Amino acid sequence: MKLNLTKVVNGCRLGKIKNLGKTGDRTMDIPGCLLYTKAGSAPHLTHHTLHKIHGVPAMAQLTLSSLAEHHEVLAEYKEGVGKFIGMPESLLYCSLHDPVSPCPAGYVTNKSVSVWGVGGRVEMTASKFMAIQQALQPDWFQCISDGEATCNEATSVKRARKSVDRSLLFLDNCLKLQEESEVLQKSSIIGVIEGGDVTEERLRSARETAKRPVGGFLLDGFQGNPATLETRLHLLSSVTAELPEDKPRLVLICGVSRPDEVLECIERGVDLFESFFPYQVTERGCALTFSFDYEPNPEETLLQQNGTQEEIKYVDQTKKSKTTSCNQEMTSFEINLKEKKYQEDFSPLVRGCSCYCCKNHTRAYIHHLLVTNELLAGVLLMMHNFEHYFGFFHSIREALKSDRLAQLKDLICRQAS
Amino acid sequence: MAAAASQTSLESAPRIMRLVAECSRSRARAGELRLPHGPVATPVFMPVGTQATMKGVTAEQLDALGCRICLGNTYHLGLRPGPELIQKAQGLHGFMNWPHNLLTDSGGFQMVSLVSLSEVTEEGVRFRSPYDGDETLLSPERSVEIQNALGSDIIMQLDDVVSSTVTGPRVEEAMYRSIRWLDRCIAAHRRPDKQNLFAIIQGGLDADLRATCLEEMTKRDVPGFAIGGLSGGESKGEFWRMVALSTSRLPKDKPRYLMGVGYVEERGDAAHPHPCLWGVDSWEPLPPGRFGSALVPTGNLQLKKKQYEKDFRPIDPECDCPTCQKHSRAFLHTLLHSDNTAALHHLTIHNIAYQLRLMSAVRASIVEKRFPAFVRDFMSTMYGDPTLCPTWATEALASVGITLG
Repeated sequence: MKLNLTKVVNGCRLGKIKNLGKTGDRTMDIPGCLLYTKAGSAPHLTHHTLHKIHGVPAMAQLTLSSLAEHHEVLAEYKEGVGKFIGMPESLLYCSLHDPVSPCPAGYVTNKSVSVWGVGGRVEMTASKFMAIQQALQPDWFQCISDGEATCNEATSVKRARKSVDRSLLFLDNCLKLQEESEVLQKSSIIGVIEGGDVTEERLRSARETAKRPVGGFLLDGFQGNPATLETRLHLLSSVTAELPEDKPRLVLICGVSRPDEVLECIERGVDLFESFFPYQVTERGCALTFSFDYEPNPEETLLQQNGTQEEIKYVDQTKKSKTTSCNQEMTSFEINLKEKKYQEDFSPLVRGCSCYCCKNHTRAYIHHLLVTNELLAGVLLMMHNFEHYFGFFHSIREALKSDRLAQLKDLICRQAS
Repeated sequence: MAAAASQTSLESAPRIMRLVAECSRSRARAGELRLPHGPVATPVFMPVGTQATMKGVTAEQLDALGCRICLGNTYHLGLRPGPELIQKAQGLHGFMNWPHNLLTDSGGFQMVSLVSLSEVTEEGVRFRSPYDGDETLLSPERSVEIQNALGSDIIMQLDDVVSSTVTGPRVEEAMYRSIRWLDRCIAAHRRPDKQNLFAIIQGGLDADLRATCLEEMTKRDVPGFAIGGLSGGESKGEFWRMVALSTSRLPKDKPRYLMGVGYVEERGDAAHPHPCLWGVDSWEPLPPGRFGSALVPTGNLQLKKKQYEKDFRPIDPECDCPTCQKHSRAFLHTLLHSDNTAALHHLTIHNIAYQLRLMSAVRASIVEKRFPAFVRDFMSTMYGDPTLCPTWATEALASVGITLG
């Protein structure tokens, strides 16, 4: 694969990754995101409904936690997980864990890492892990690593050092096994940068991982709560600065998907993100409504401002009135369609949105589907939320192209709670 | 005892059924329903979309599968979101954004299914809402009023429904009351030009009561008839005899809708076209997809079972639905064991496609004058040996001159 940078502005990288895929002719835009899946399928969506969405990313994220327990089936299938899940044309990245479901700590050893599937824990040594990847044959896969020291809480230097050492050992073992595997010659291993919140260990991890022939770097353990955001971002900057400029220095991050956090990370050199945020919004019966139109015409601005102000005011009110646990996690990037005020609202989720849901249905209908617990609610909300989110990433790239990222960031920050 | 048919509209009801072909041996017919939202080829399965949605399938997907009519439920929609809101949304068609036809039932069936929450009097059915404990009275007038607001192309009378397992005077009472309620529905119907009101033949499993009901109801000039009161609980033998009796006395030039027929067979849920044998034009199927089950010519597959874990074939190699085009039984098995709802949607799509295609095949066979051969083929695929075919089916077929094997 080849990384073509169009421009770098204040640490933000705009470009294309070329020569991807088994036939080497696929391309991906950066900054960008990966399509989030559960058990190999976009949540709630069939092939038909997925392809009604505009701007679906070229690469989908699969999670080993949902696939590891099926590896015998895949091994017998022989033709790779892409074909098995009905997405033979998609580029595929296999991460270890599902960003939405945190996994229990305390199971990493010097020899193995564990993931949790429906049937329970699956323990993997480097050999078993690589055997599973041989059955999956993804385009990229995250190497097993010791991800238990995050930078969300204080880590001892000793523990941080161990996470780096273990991860490098895993990486070297997996790279060696990859050399011996014909089937995995076309796949790229993504090296994982660990080290907790200990700066020297993080930098060491970055330097050492960069010495190995990895296809890219995954920044692990940077997810967390808003309170620790600034510290984490600061550490992030140091880490990306330590990565060499000359390789395909592709940087992925796991666990970060909120629009405001995405922008912060892009400014610190991150290229690719997971798209689980629109899924979480869907699961709480909400629809993304935040604006990423950083260059609207004045009339539109006025209309949107009025709308946004009302939404924000209402969201503040409902947050104070403390409803269900669902609402507690709600952000101000979204509206909650379960609220009674939408019962007779015959407007689309977002005016001007070109998604299937907004072109065909109303807030009142979605409200009804949610109140009656109908499955279609999830389908329609997922279609809208994915399209809205992919549109946001498109606007990031456009803003970078025209040197307008500051405006976009300003717009997003104004809407963040 | 029987009310005079003086309440019928002064103009005759629209003739919405156009017969295209009839089987010379059985009573099967192929035709076309001409409804306000477009023509519908019959015989036809009507998917059930109880609360203004067909489970997790979008209106566009349903349209792409060739569905031209589906069902909505008056009882549920009457409670949530309510007729006033739906009227503001341009009727049920506007609310769901469904461009084709809709049939709404009257809410009567809930009298049986929610019997512990309901009480029947001459006035109507009094329900206690499971959501907020509020009491509502569903009278013939109110049912028609709600259905007028919903704007469905076919609306059903409110009938006094008793389970087919009930015997004794209650069955007779319900039958006569249904006739009186039919007249009240006809009188209350405000949109006979836009919505077609169907009568529902009752009488339980009593041939005499059914015959009486048929005689009376056919005196009313309604656009179509439904056969009710056969909603499970009865034996298959009793079931088909009542269907056969009912269709023998219904006018040929009007559509016949068999209500509440989805049934469980010994070998699992199956889609049988047998109501066609007696000239039924439409019915709604059981929705097997909910339990991870997929329809195939030999019955159905319980895809969650371990035997499908490494089965890399599609559900049905002859099926051209999106699910079978793209996915294997093994993948669906995996997906069904996850919490991704997409698994259910794949099955719903397949099952609807399968049933619609089956009806198309039935229709073609009637038009091409080979329906008896089609039925024989169908039965042999499903049961293999003629001796394995259940007695009720063999008898039913024999009654219309079709022998197996």
